[in-house]
Amino acid sequence: MKVSLPKITVWRAIFAAIMMSGMYATYLRVMYGLGGSTNLSDKFPWGLWIGFDVMCGVGLAAGGFTLVALVHIFNIETYKPVLRPAILTAFLGYTLVVVGLLYDLGRPDRLWHPLVMWNPHSVMFEVAWCVTLYSTVLFLEFLPVVFEKFGMHKPLAWIHRISVPLMILGVLLSTLHQSSLGTLFLIVPEKLYALWYTPILPLLFWMSAIAVGLAMTIFESWHSSRAFGRALELPLLASMGRVLAVLMSVYLWVRFLDMTHRHVLGLLAVNRTETWLFWLEIALMVVPTVLLYQSKVRMRPGALYACAVMVVFGFMANRLNVGITGLEAGSGTHYVPKWSEIAITLSIVAAGFAIFHFVAQNFPVFEAHGHEHVPAPQEETEEDPVAV
Amino acid sequence: MSKAILYDSTLCIGCKACESGCAERWGLPYNDKVAAEEKISAHKLTAVETHGEHYSRRLCMNCVQPACASVCPVGAIQKTALGPVVYDADKCMGCRYCMQACPFQVPSYEWDARLPRMRKCDMCSDRQIQGKQTACADACPVGATICGERDALLAEAKKRIAEKPQAYIDKVYGVQEVGGTSVLYLSAVPFEQIGLRTKLPMEALPETTWRVLELVPDVVSTGTVLLGGIWWITNRRAEVAKKEGRRK
Repeated sequence: MKVSLPKITVWRAIFAAIMMSGMYATYLRVMYGLGGSTNLSDKFPWGLWIGFDVMCGVGLAAGGFTLVALVHIFNIETYKPVLRPAILTAFLGYTLVVVGLLYDLGRPDRLWHPLVMWNPHSVMFEVAWCVTLYSTVLFLEFLPVVFEKFGMHKPLAWIHRISVPLMILGVLLSTLHQSSLGTLFLIVPEKLYALWYTPILPLLFWMSAIAVGLAMTIFESWHSSRAFGRALELPLLASMGRVLAVLMSVYLWVRFLDMTHRHVLGLLAVNRTETWLFWLEIALMVVPTVLLYQSKVRMRPGALYACAVMVVFGFMANRLNVGITGLEAGSGTHYVPKWSEIAITLSIVAAGFAIFHFVAQNFPVFEAHGHEHVPAPQEETEEDPVAV
Repeated sequence: MSKAILYDSTLCIGCKACESGCAERWGLPYNDKVAAEEKISAHKLTAVETHGEHYSRRLCMNCVQPACASVCPVGAIQKTALGPVVYDADKCMGCRYCMQACPFQVPSYEWDARLPRMRKCDMCSDRQIQGKQTACADACPVGATICGERDALLAEAKKRIAEKPQAYIDKVYGVQEVGGTSVLYLSAVPFEQIGLRTKLPMEALPETTWRVLELVPDVVSTGTVLLGGIWWITNRRAEVAKKEGRRK
């Protein structure tokens, strides 16, 4: 009997511990409501589940639309080998965002209400529709992988026929809801701290989502190359790192301009928590951007990976600042998530990693598809793809 | 015209009759323990606050252009023509965006319920439809809270300031705050000293998000043409390159 048990490794033990605590927290959430499982209050109605699970989750899943746009609409075929993992991450990401929402909504049984009860003036209504439609699009975009696995040629041909409109739709829907997550906070000008509140929040959210989509692609390629012992698509990822550096520079420049126009640069010298959190966020974005401009850094897998991770953390810091910490002073309260909020968040992330691993192992996510397009792995190819 | 409430802090004696009238109307328990709570919550939809020697009342402001109604994804919150901002618990899915959006932090949530609802004052919508006063105005023994047409109440407020300029600060709270509210305040001291937010925008908050949302059709149409065009050009380019390559 004992032979059939999976080997206990450190990671598996951590995974099990996280899932167990998540299950107990789920029990608390179901039996004792939001009051028994969170530190939310009338003054602070949104916490970790919105700030991290939804705001970061949707953003980190942006690789799906960034790469679809690059590969299929801008026709940069070089990036094709990482397209499928990006779509898989996105689809899993959105599924997990919905799981997070089921925890956070007071009435999860009414998740479908926005589909039949409309209020077009509500940003949340728009986000609900976009996320629903986009999850469907991602499902359809990932279906070919399933069809290939089981050798279903007819549906494969059928889905290829609608692929172009599908991809354009996906990019549009992503643009809309990635930006709308920023629009959500335009309604609280008196609550959100001035370092973050700006009328161009939607634009900033959209730009940073595109950038973090690339960072996440580098991140997961690096991890999957280790986990599955496949070769890292280094020239490709390095070129992606270069695009990332440019995108981050534009993003940071727009943010700087916006802050100058709003005359809030003076706040940077004020000694309060918000200032330090702001600097942390900016540092996590500026450092990798500067580093990624050097080809030496880009061509070293470890350094490239570290830069991608920094961008991801900078992005998360930004979303948490807008969604949680930047709102505390304006709400006149202090919020620290309860252990159960953290346990459920960790469980969702851990489940995401596990499902990705499982799917990548059992479906043609990384191999074959579009092999003829993969250029010979030469150092020079790094400079080509984007110079259209 | 729409209904409103005028609360005159200088007349209020802090007897909390409005609280018990409100609790009775909602069928909520009211006792000494609840009376001692000086904040609004899911079981106390109006509260009398003590600020030194002055009193103040908290209740839903029933804004002229309410942020809560504009952000509700399922339209569970509506501004009625009569004035009250009403809530339909059967539609609500509990996203709590109304709570986040409210500049007065009014909506409360039944945090410990398994099937929770948002709770807030609705200016006694049902009573107003029948032509009655709000329960709080009805209960007030000294006329500190009165109920009527917003225009008439505003005129009354200005009259009181003009008649006794030494008793009031020369401003009516709620006229322009976030585009105007249906609850108007008079006070002897600056409003922040009786617990009201004074750093609010004078613009109606739904405008802030609508400015972006109204661009959605433009983004969709321009985006479709742009992305379709780019796809067509890049694809065509690849096709041509393929053909020319073959000829050579």
